[in-house]
Amino acid sequence: MAIKIENLDYVYMQGSPFEKKALDNINIEIKDGEFVGLIGHTGSGKSTLVQHLNGLLKPHSGHVFINEHETTEKGEKLKKLRCDVGLVFQYPEHQLFEETVYKDIAYGPTNLGLPKEEIDIRVRDAARCVGLPPEVLDKSPFDLSGGQKRRVAIAGVIAMKPSVLVLDEPTAGLDPAGREEILSQIKSIYDEGNMTVILVSHSMEDVARLVNRLIVMNEGKVFADGTVDEVFSRGRELRNIGLNVPQVNVLIDELVARGLNINPNIYTVENAKNELIEYFKRIKEGGENA
Amino acid sequence: MLKAENLLYSYDNGVKKVDTVLDNLNLNIKKGEFVAVLGHNGCGKSTLAKHFNGLLLPLGGDVYVQGINTKDEEMLWTIRRQVGMVFQNPDNQIVANVVEEDVAFAPENLGIPSAEIRKRVDDALKTVDMYRYRKHAPHLLSGGQKQRVAIAGAIAMRPECIVMDEPTAMLDPMGRAEVMETILKLKAQENMTVVLITHYMDEAAMADRVVVMDDGHIVVDDTPRNVFSQVELLKSLGLDVPQVTELAYSLNKEGFDVNYDVLTVTECADAIMDYVRSIKSGN
Ligand SMILES: Nc1ncnc2c1ncn2[C@@H]1O[C@H](COP(=O)(O)OP(=O)(O)OP(=O)(O)O)[C@@H](O)[C@H]1O
Ligand SMILES: Nc1ncnc2c1ncn2[C@@H]1O[C@H](COP(=O)(O)OP(=O)(O)OP(=O)(O)O)[C@@H](O)[C@H]1O
Ligand SMILES: [Mg+2]
Ligand SMILES: [Mg+2]
Repeated sequence: MAIKIENLDYVYMQGSPFEKKALDNINIEIKDGEFVGLIGHTGSGKSTLVQHLNGLLKPHSGHVFINEHETTEKGEKLKKLRCDVGLVFQYPEHQLFEETVYKDIAYGPTNLGLPKEEIDIRVRDAARCVGLPPEVLDKSPFDLSGGQKRRVAIAGVIAMKPSVLVLDEPTAGLDPAGREEILSQIKSIYDEGNMTVILVSHSMEDVARLVNRLIVMNEGKVFADGTVDEVFSRGRELRNIGLNVPQVNVLIDELVARGLNINPNIYTVENAKNELIEYFKRIKEGGENA
Repeated sequence: MLKAENLLYSYDNGVKKVDTVLDNLNLNIKKGEFVAVLGHNGCGKSTLAKHFNGLLLPLGGDVYVQGINTKDEEMLWTIRRQVGMVFQNPDNQIVANVVEEDVAFAPENLGIPSAEIRKRVDDALKTVDMYRYRKHAPHLLSGGQKQRVAIAGAIAMRPECIVMDEPTAMLDPMGRAEVMETILKLKAQENMTVVLITHYMDEAAMADRVVVMDDGHIVVDDTPRNVFSQVELLKSLGLDVPQVTELAYSLNKEGFDVNYDVLTVTECADAIMDYVRSIKSGN
C-alpha cells in the first residue's frame, strides 16, 4: 500500500504554555512494498508521525493518504484503514488488555469477523512467529516479563495480516536472540511480498541490516531521506542530532584512518567480514604494500 | 552492599502452581562496583532487581542491603533510601503531574530540606538533559524522555546504590552514551554502586563485572573480558557480544588468526592491524 504525507503539521496542547509542534511540514511518499526505517532522537516526532498512519492522530494541517484514502475519513472507511495499517505501539502495555495472551492476540482477527478456526490458526502462527511458547497463551499478559509482553503485542498485529506493518521500536527490551528472531521474521514476512513495512528504531545496527530506505527525523522535521549508505555516510551530522552510525562502521573508519585500503561505506558485520577477508587475501598475495 | 543468599522466589499466588523464578541464587555486590546483569527475556532479572529494595521479599533465602535483611520491616525505609530504582517501564514510575515534582518525590519522602531538594532536582534533570522539560507533564513525554525523567528521579535521591532495569531501552544512541557516562561519573565521583540490567552488550562491556542469568540462576559471573570471549556460550543463552567482538570472532572462525579477545573499537582495530602486520612480515 502506498503512503503519501503532504505538508503534515501536528501540534500537542495547542494554545497551552506547553504547546509543542511535534511535526513540522512533513512530506514523505512511500511506495507499495518498501521497507523503511525511521530513526531520530528521542522526542523527534517518530511516534507522533506513525500514529498518523492509521488515523489514530489527525493532522492539524496537511494530509495523510493511504492508497489515496485520506486518514480523516470516518466510519467503515476508518475501520478498514485500521485493518490495513497495523501499528505495534512503542509501549506494548498500551496494547494489552485481555485476560489471556490468546485472547489478546485473537482480538484483531476476531474484529475482522474471521471464522473461529481461522482465528485459531492465526493466533498460533503469530505466537510461533514471535517466539512465544504455546503454554504462555493461557497466561495473563500482565503476568509476563517485559520482553514477553512485547512479543504478545507484535503477535497481535501480525495476526491481522495488515498491508502496512508499522512497528514502533519493536525490539526495545528484547534479548539479542529475541531481537534477531523477530527481525528475521519481520524480514521474511516482508520478503513474502505484498507488505509495506515501517520500522521505528534506535538501533542503527538493526536498520543498517534490514531496510531499503532510511528516513531521519530531527526536531519534528525530516532531516534526511535516502538509502542506508547515503544516510550513514553522514556520520558527523548524525552525531550532531543525537544519532550515530553502527559500531562496526566506527571500526571501519578507524581502520581506514590507520591506513587500510578498504571500502569505508560498510555498515554491517557481515559486509565488514567479507571486505576484510578480501583485503587479507590481497595482502597475502603480496598485492598490497601500504 | 547488596547480597542475595540462596534466594528463592516464585509468583505463586496460591491459586495455581507456578514455576520458580529465582532458584537458589547467590550474588554479592561490593560497594562501588558497577555490575551489569544480562539474561534472556523472562529469566528473572527484574524479579531479582525488585528484591534489592524490598519491593519483593524472598520466599527462601535472604537478601541484604548494607547488611540489613530486607525482611526486617522496620528497616524498609532505610533500605529504600539506600537503593534507588529505575524500573523497566517508566510509565509505572510516574507519580506526579509535573516533571520536577516527579523527580522531587523520592527525596521529599526522605525528608530532605527543600532548598537542597531544589538543587538536587535541577542537577539531576540537567544530568539527563531534561531541564527544559521540568514544567511538563511526564505522562505526555515521548518514550525516551520518560525514561530520562525516571533516571533523574533515582539520581536525585543520591542513594548509595542505584539499580537500573533497562534504562536505555528507549533511548537514542547519544542518550544511551550519556546514561553510560552518567553511570561512570556516579561511580567515580560518588563511589556509587550500580546494577545495570541491559540487553545491550556494548553497555555491559563497560561494567566492572558481568553477571549472566539463565532461568533463575547465575550461570556466569566474571569480568566483561572473560565473559565476552565465550561467544558460543553467550549465544546458546540467547545473548550476544558487541559488534566488534563478533567481527573479530567471525574472522577467526574463517581461518584468519585475528585475536578476538576485544571489547572496544580501539582494541578491535589494534587486533586487526596486528594481524595485517603478521601477514606482511610473513610475506
Ligand atoms: N500526548 C502528548 N502531549 C504533549 N506533548 C507530547 C505528547 N506526546 C508527545 N509529545 C511531545 O511531542 C514530541 C514528539 O514526541 P514523539 O513521542 O513523537 O517522539 P519520538 O520521536 O517517538 O521519541 P522517542 O524516541 O523518545 O519515542 C516530544 O517533544 C514530546 O514531548
Ligand atoms: N507479576 C507476575 N506474575 C506472575 N508471573 C510473573 C510476574 N512477573 C513476571 N513473571 C514471570 O516471572 C519470570 C521472570 O520475569 P522477570 O520480569 O523477572 O524477567 P526478566 O528477566 O526481567 O525479563 P525481561 O528481559 O523480559 O524484562 C517470567 O517467566 C515471567 O513470566
Ligand atoms: Mg516514540
Ligand atoms: Mg525485566
